Amino acid sequence: MTRLLECRLNGRDRTDAVADNILLLDYLREKVGLTGTKTGCDGGECGACTVLIDDRPALSCLTLATTVQGKRVDTIESLGSDGQLSAVQRGFHEKLGSQCGYCTPGFIMASAGLLRRNPNPSDAEILEALGSNICRCTGYVKIIEAVKLAAALGRQGVAP
Amino acid sequence: MNKPLPAHNIGSYVPMIDGPDKVSGRAKYTADILAPGTLAGRIYRSPYSHGEVVAVDVAEALKVPGVVAIVTGADCDKTFGVLPIARSEHPLAREKVRYRGEPIAAVAATDDASAREAVRRIKLTVRELPAYYTTKAALSPEAVLLHEKKPGNIERDVLFELGSTAQGFAEADLVREATYNCAEVCQNQMEMHAAVADYDAVRDRMTVHASTQVPYYVHLMLSQTLGMDMSRIRVIKPHVGGGFGCRTEALNIELIAALLARKANGRVRIVTTREETFITHRGRPETDIKLKIGMRKDGRITAVECECDQRGGAHSGYGIVTILYSGSMLYAIYDLHNVKYLGKRVLTNTPPCGAFRGHGTVDIRFAFESLLDQMATELGLDPFAVRRANYLNAPTFTDNDLMVNSYGLPECLDWVEKQSGWRNRKGKMPKGRGLGVACSHYISGASKPVNWTGEPHATVKIKLDFDGSIVVLSGAADIGQGSTTILAQTVAEVLGLDLARVRVVTGDSEVVPKDNGSYSSRVTFMVGNAALDAARNLKAVLVNAAARKLEARPEDIECLGEVYRAGAQDKGATFDEVVTEALKDTGTITVTGNYSTIPESHGGKKYRGAAIGGTMGYSYSAQVVEVSVDEETGVVTVDKVWVAHDCGRALNRLTVEGQVQGSVWMGMGQAMSEEAGYHEGLMVTANMLDYRVPTIQDSPPIEVGIVESNDPHGPFGAKEAGEGSLAAFLPALTNAIADAIGIRFNDLPVTPDRVFEAIEKRRRAREKPAKNNGGA
Repeated sequence: MTRLLECRLNGRDRTDAVADNILLLDYLREKVGLTGTKTGCDGGECGACTVLIDDRPALSCLTLATTVQGKRVDTIESLGSDGQLSAVQRGFHEKLGSQCGYCTPGFIMASAGLLRRNPNPSDAEILEALGSNICRCTGYVKIIEAVKLAAALGRQGVAP
Repeated sequence: MNKPLPAHNIGSYVPMIDGPDKVSGRAKYTADILAPGTLAGRIYRSPYSHGEVVAVDVAEALKVPGVVAIVTGADCDKTFGVLPIARSEHPLAREKVRYRGEPIAAVAATDDASAREAVRRIKLTVRELPAYYTTKAALSPEAVLLHEKKPGNIERDVLFELGSTAQGFAEADLVREATYNCAEVCQNQMEMHAAVADYDAVRDRMTVHASTQVPYYVHLMLSQTLGMDMSRIRVIKPHVGGGFGCRTEALNIELIAALLARKANGRVRIVTTREETFITHRGRPETDIKLKIGMRKDGRITAVECECDQRGGAHSGYGIVTILYSGSMLYAIYDLHNVKYLGKRVLTNTPPCGAFRGHGTVDIRFAFESLLDQMATELGLDPFAVRRANYLNAPTFTDNDLMVNSYGLPECLDWVEKQSGWRNRKGKMPKGRGLGVACSHYISGASKPVNWTGEPHATVKIKLDFDGSIVVLSGAADIGQGSTTILAQTVAEVLGLDLARVRVVTGDSEVVPKDNGSYSSRVTFMVGNAALDAARNLKAVLVNAAARKLEARPEDIECLGEVYRAGAQDKGATFDEVVTEALKDTGTITVTGNYSTIPESHGGKKYRGAAIGGTMGYSYSAQVVEVSVDEETGVVTVDKVWVAHDCGRALNRLTVEGQVQGSVWMGMGQAMSEEAGYHEGLMVTANMLDYRVPTIQDSPPIEVGIVESNDPHGPFGAKEAGEGSLAAFLPALTNAIADAIGIRFNDLPVTPDRVFEAIEKRRRAREKPAKNNGGA
């Protein structure tokens, strides 16, 4: 069955007719055309599809699109403003928290979710927040540095 | 007037020039290429491990509404494969299926659900044959052959003896032999395999977007399997989400997409599942090693005998090269003489293995550095001293004719010894904690390309036009390692310009020069050298133009990047003015840079395949790993890694660190948790939960020391940085565990259950003395 989905996607209200069984991931990528959110596995294993639903990180591959009815959904494309990268984006770029870049949108959204609820995370809190995202390139060392830089930039007033 | 200064970037921390695209979601990967009217492609795969194909029935599948085309083995009778001498594989199996998951047929439909439904309705009938999932079973004298032309199911055996091992062992004070088993591992790069093929029937042209490390190979194999002239094919490599070697071969995915597109007269997108990506495989084979080393009391190695069996899977792939690397790369790290190697690459009914980061060298290095450590302990020698006793005296040629110039291994060992506090801490650690050290090395590009055409090994073009932007054109495939950034840096450095002036265009066969691709860590060295050559040629053009403009002799012109001048008092001409002058005669300027390896680097002819291992420069790595072992649970925690890597010269310290950390960490995955498991030929670990990649919570701090040995042939002295540090982690880990709990693990991965079992076994042996002395 098809329903009307109303949500606030990347700061703008949208209304779309979507099938009951379509995943949020496929809605974003195939229907809306926001391909920044990545598919990395067959369901819930890698974190590449992480988006924020009402500021909380969620796996869009395990979320039915119709369940975000009336909610705020933010994808990687929502970050940055006035032509500037956001704090988390700058952290990942400047500290090389991103190599091939494929896991990056998921890591960045998980990190943005962390910093929105906890602007000064400890090392342990960073590891916990990113524990369900897989990166195959970096060995994570520079991802941790990236999040720390983002937190520092956040303290200077740069939005996460 | 302030003196204008040329801009420099080499040796700095330079974020990747395509980083902003990646952190904003703008970077397009193959699966992100969406266009209206694109058909969805899905592949039907064999549920049988081994059998003769009797029939592929697609009649019911064709009835599914929305299905536009179905292809089977009948649509393509050509074979493909990375090695011109071993092309055993059809894009879709024909007479035989040889592994579970081998593609049999593929569907193009207007939507994915229809394509999936059609795949469900395809019926394969086979006459089943006995299947062999282990090297031992495939080598059995009664075994049916997987490939008619490969007797004994041996893809290739390699035998060489250089010097006399009999004499070498006779000169030894201690001779030890051990066996090792390394599980099969998968690259498991984050981006699943994907291809978009667009066939223009009116003009008979094929355009293929593919997630590949070597667009050139894809181009060759598309031409071969489609029977199309190469000039009618265009290959585009968008952003690629990692590769680690599995994409150095043209994969059946892109070939099948093209076959479908041609049959459907349209555009087909195949995005595989994670499970299919695992089964497409091309990972590191399960390897059994028997190693024997002779050593004098002072640690000097007198002889080495090594047997190596690799379970290669159902097709040739890179197999011949892999088994040759495993032998040849025994050399070029230590000063070895009297070496015998017996390698066997075996065909089995499992997915085909391939070239995985550290190609052919990793498992052998694990065995070698493990036995070295064990023998050092037995002789009462320090593990560092044993390695130091066997340094090469570079520059030199090894017994198998490999050319070694720069050799930073001593500095690597010195750095990790100091940085880890080895001298003060080794042997004084609390119970259950330990330190281990090991070394490794890798090539900076195979000196002889697989497809030997006589062309330069690398070609780069630079275009300069009225707008003053420097456009670098290269076929080198950036797969996340940062090659595009290195090329921009190289050109900017030579011209003294800010990086912002330089753009790099890659990945489209219609625009860029052919490149041999991103494999064997060749790009920085070879394409970097070609970029250097191109930039110098462009600089000469600009200097000549400046000389004309300033009415001076070219040799008097000083290039300061944004300003060219003749003498210190001269106000000079701006870069833009010089460009305008330069364009007057020729219009748009294009220059070419080439690079060819020297014959001395091509390896020798002492045995068949001895060219494998030849390179212009070897990287070196040393690592110290610190572990804690929980003897109650068998859980091993890596507390810290210190790694020093000799990359000749770090052109970009940020990306060198990133590559080295990534290599070490990937070695950790192989050593501790990753393992491809099969049940009756079905890969049962084909997901990211059962195939256990370390998470951020499992991963240690990795401190990187950069050693710069300044290679005489490398661009600015650089060598590779992206592979050489992987292998040393494995033995450094098991050496550290042996230090921590006194048990040596010769089988990988060292999972908690294996550790626990070994600890229990030792405990039981201690309780009942004289029955068993423990060990794993």
